[in-house]
Amino acid sequence: MILVHSSSHAIQAERVLKRAGLAVKLIPTPRSLSSDCGSAVRIPAAEKEVCVQRLDEVGVPIDRIESLDE
Amino acid sequence: MVIYLDNAATSWPKPDCVREAMVHYMTDVGASPGRSGHRLAVEAERIRFRARETLAELFGLTDPMRIIFTANATTALNVVIRGLLTPGAHAVVTSMEHNAVMRTLRALEPTGVSVSVVQCHSDGTLDPDSIDGHIRPQTRLIISIHASNACGTMMPIREIGAKARQRGIPFLVDAAQTSGCQPIDFRKDNIDLLTFTGHKALLGPAGTGGLAIGDQFDIRVLPTLICGGTGSKSEQLVHPDFLPDKYEAGTPNIVGIAGLSAGVGYVLDRGVESIREHERALTRRLIDGLHRVERVRVFGTQDANRQTAAVSFRIDGWTPSSVAHALDERFEIMCRPGLHCTPQAHRTLGTFPEGTVRLAAGVFTTDRQIDDAIEAVTTLARAEPSTKG
Repeated sequence: MILVHSSSHAIQAERVLKRAGLAVKLIPTPRSLSSDCGSAVRIPAAEKEVCVQRLDEVGVPIDRIESLDE
Repeated sequence: MVIYLDNAATSWPKPDCVREAMVHYMTDVGASPGRSGHRLAVEAERIRFRARETLAELFGLTDPMRIIFTANATTALNVVIRGLLTPGAHAVVTSMEHNAVMRTLRALEPTGVSVSVVQCHSDGTLDPDSIDGHIRPQTRLIISIHASNACGTMMPIREIGAKARQRGIPFLVDAAQTSGCQPIDFRKDNIDLLTFTGHKALLGPAGTGGLAIGDQFDIRVLPTLICGGTGSKSEQLVHPDFLPDKYEAGTPNIVGIAGLSAGVGYVLDRGVESIREHERALTRRLIDGLHRVERVRVFGTQDANRQTAAVSFRIDGWTPSSVAHALDERFEIMCRPGLHCTPQAHRTLGTFPEGTVRLAAGVFTTDRQIDDAIEAVTTLARAEPSTKG
């Protein structure tokens, strides 16, 4: 799961990744991961590298990446 | 049937899609963007993001996060002016600026901010070279309105921006009158910061507007004016320093932004150039018509190629307010008389303190409505003195 700065960035990340044909879903940020009130970007673990690359190309800043099954 | 020629104040009517987008938000969405992660909050955030994208496209910006929503253009102007002008700083402005700029600058003068006003010609035009002599080592901001709200005169923003860029001084454009009806390109026009309002040519509702920030502008030099909740970084007691949250505190006017987004979408679909052509033809028709009326004097460039659709005039022997009253009462024509919140521009035009009568066509104005307005002004100009207000 990718945590971004704000819900605006979550929407931006969703658009960028969907456009790249990646299976992405916005979910409420789990309280255990962040105090933020907004959304986080859920991606398939296997696609982590390509997702990070795409977001980097467009300039969407990533706060951090967490695994959901931790 | 009402003839609405007050589009330079607020555009009306709005495209159906604006009302539909607002009804959709109120009926089916309702939530606040960024304040939760449930599907309705996410949908609200999608609406707001789409609005950022359409505005970025309109202004030639690549990063939608550089579109900041504020309550109106005035708030956005305050964010920039109060943020960049610290004690000892100097600003250069034109003599056609609106009170949203001038009153904010005057309020800062007691804190040690100084202001140079570059004099424009009596038709509102500005020779860009006349800026040069006013720039000082302490100049921290150059501000120009894109087009005068008093008489429609377009300012040479590209040339002013080039001068600002050459000297490394931020250039702020007040595009309240032009966003949506005149082409604007951040890169070509050398703009660093631009303020827009949603309820004029962008065809959105009142209570919307914002600040567009150029890709090269370093936001570290522009502090946050209004702090508060953003839905992000909630564990921190300091306001976030990233865009767009840095300049967007508090719950936004999301129903307004939904309408604004639809309005900008309409503008993009129809095309700014096509809207400009439509308004240019109407403006030419109106100016030509008014020129034919005896005892009517038109102000500004009187050239549809060098101005927006805001046309200012006076009838000899009539006060502007009595003309406006008669146009409304007798002809159902809506206009705006007086000083248009810009005493400085009217001093430049030589129309202070009475001001002028302003007729401003919009995207839905027809030739027929312009002809009716010309006929009404003709009737008033021929009226006996006893019937004058």
